[in-house]
Amino acid sequence: MRHATAAIVCGLATLMAFIAVGFGQDDQFRSHMWVLVLVMGLATIVLMRRVQFAPAGQRFAKVEVDQNAYMDDVIRYGVIATTIWGVVGFLVGVIAASQLAWPVLNVEPWFNFGRLRPVHTSAVIFAFGGNALICTAFYVVQRTCRARLWGGNLAWFVFWGYQLFIVMAATGYVLGITQSREYAEPEWYVDLWLTLVWVAFLAVFLGTLIKRKEPHIYVANWFFLSFIVTVAMLHLVNGLSMPASLLGSKSYSAFSGVQDALTQWWYGHNAVGFFLTAGFLGMMYYFVPKQANRPVYSYRLSIIHFWGLIFLYIWAGPHHLHYTALPDWAQTLGMVFSIMLWMPSWGGMINGLMTLSGAWDKVRTDPILRMMVISLAFYGMSTFEGPMMSIKSVNSLSHYTDWTIGHVHSGALGWNGMITFGALYFLVPKLWNRTRLYSMRMVNWHFWLATLGIVVYAAVMWVSGITQGLMWREYDSQGYLVYSFAESIAAMHPYYVMRVFGGLLYLSGGLIMAYNLYMTVCGKLRDEVPMGDSSPVSGELKAAGPAE
Amino acid sequence: MELTYQSLRTFADSWGLLYMFVIFVIAVLWTFRPGSKKHSEDAARIPFKED
Repeated sequence: MRHATAAIVCGLATLMAFIAVGFGQDDQFRSHMWVLVLVMGLATIVLMRRVQFAPAGQRFAKVEVDQNAYMDDVIRYGVIATTIWGVVGFLVGVIAASQLAWPVLNVEPWFNFGRLRPVHTSAVIFAFGGNALICTAFYVVQRTCRARLWGGNLAWFVFWGYQLFIVMAATGYVLGITQSREYAEPEWYVDLWLTLVWVAFLAVFLGTLIKRKEPHIYVANWFFLSFIVTVAMLHLVNGLSMPASLLGSKSYSAFSGVQDALTQWWYGHNAVGFFLTAGFLGMMYYFVPKQANRPVYSYRLSIIHFWGLIFLYIWAGPHHLHYTALPDWAQTLGMVFSIMLWMPSWGGMINGLMTLSGAWDKVRTDPILRMMVISLAFYGMSTFEGPMMSIKSVNSLSHYTDWTIGHVHSGALGWNGMITFGALYFLVPKLWNRTRLYSMRMVNWHFWLATLGIVVYAAVMWVSGITQGLMWREYDSQGYLVYSFAESIAAMHPYYVMRVFGGLLYLSGGLIMAYNLYMTVCGKLRDEVPMGDSSPVSGELKAAGPAE
Repeated sequence: MELTYQSLRTFADSWGLLYMFVIFVIAVLWTFRPGSKKHSEDAARIPFKED
């Protein structure tokens, strides 16, 4: 019987969730378990419909899997999930931005800003970014090790287990279940589930590395491995907590006071450092050389800046706690390490950009490569801005203002988003065996919409952030604050409306990508003038260039 | 020695710092060892061996 074990496990999980509904200690936990009953129940039904029975008295012949072929099905699912979660995450971002501009859009209690914001951050970082990292890690490790993924169906468990984590996290936020830790809001039972999935992810990745046929481990895999291992460590420490009940949604952190704050930002900043930086650098070190069709500019530079990132990043977290109860020396330590981080960060940027030296003409005709170049440019910009903002005197102006939000988005939309789009455009024709994408012109549209969206977003947040910072610190000659907090909020309104516009540009780019990828998967080719061709559109179409 | 916050801190900012710094220096020196240029140029070509 095929799929039988999975169907039975899902059925049992449905039953357990149903029991948890009955014995749940609080309303939120019971509602959350109803969600789990629904999800696992649906999974059971889908799996049961796929169970195949061998004829009576016979057994199915064991399915022979070609151990030399790459395991790409799970990567195809990952690409689809990345695209869908990306669009969902951008959409929730636009909604949250609109709620700040027009408070009437806060639909209480489920859809107010406080609950939708973590839905947005988790959807873009963990659902969009996480799926992108998992599927590209699986793709890259197989190609650079020349080995099939280790562990057979374990990779499928990683994929579906991770989707379940996302669904439970997001529905929990909407129900008001949160442990209020930045980028780690899911409560203890969802955290435990993620731990299990993550260990399986590590096992698949390490197992593939161990059975590799290529003697040297390519540098992209170093970055991916450091991302997986470090995120596991961060998640375990930051998630240390004591549940109030084993059938309840509330838990209490193992730390208190400033120790708790430092633990959270040790986690929070290294989530940026190892999830959003190291993992995505792994992507960069494979897809940029492949798309440019040139080896990386300096392999030795990639090794040096890898170790630089590893040794420095882990200390930078305290810069989130300047001028708080954290000891002064720890704040200074965080600041100094953040400034030193500038060097390895730019090492990566320079290495990526210089890979194109001698091939810059390709940027004119290849919008996918252009996307990768702009992502590296944004990586360079945000890793310059970050160390600058970590300097205490700059931070006294920028902290708690929209400048921080703008900084995060130039990194996330610019660096993480663009490199992921580039990787998706590279992957889809390869994985579905198409000669090329449905449309390169649409990639170009996506490129400009996304770039303009980020520029609008970041520029608007600079202005609003510095305005906020200056208004909050403005004293009169008597030593009184000049502005009330409410006045600074009122002053933000025009900027918040403009931010919605920037977000809409970025979202529409994402929608164009989703359509383009969908048509590519369907095997369609758009009749269009090739990129970089200046002949008028009305003229006859030139013979199609060689397939890329 | 009694294990206190201060003793841990003193250990971390002296021997701990030295230990990490030495490992980092070794990693850098190893990367630039004689003959590594050829090796790293080969390694950079790994993504082009297939596909």
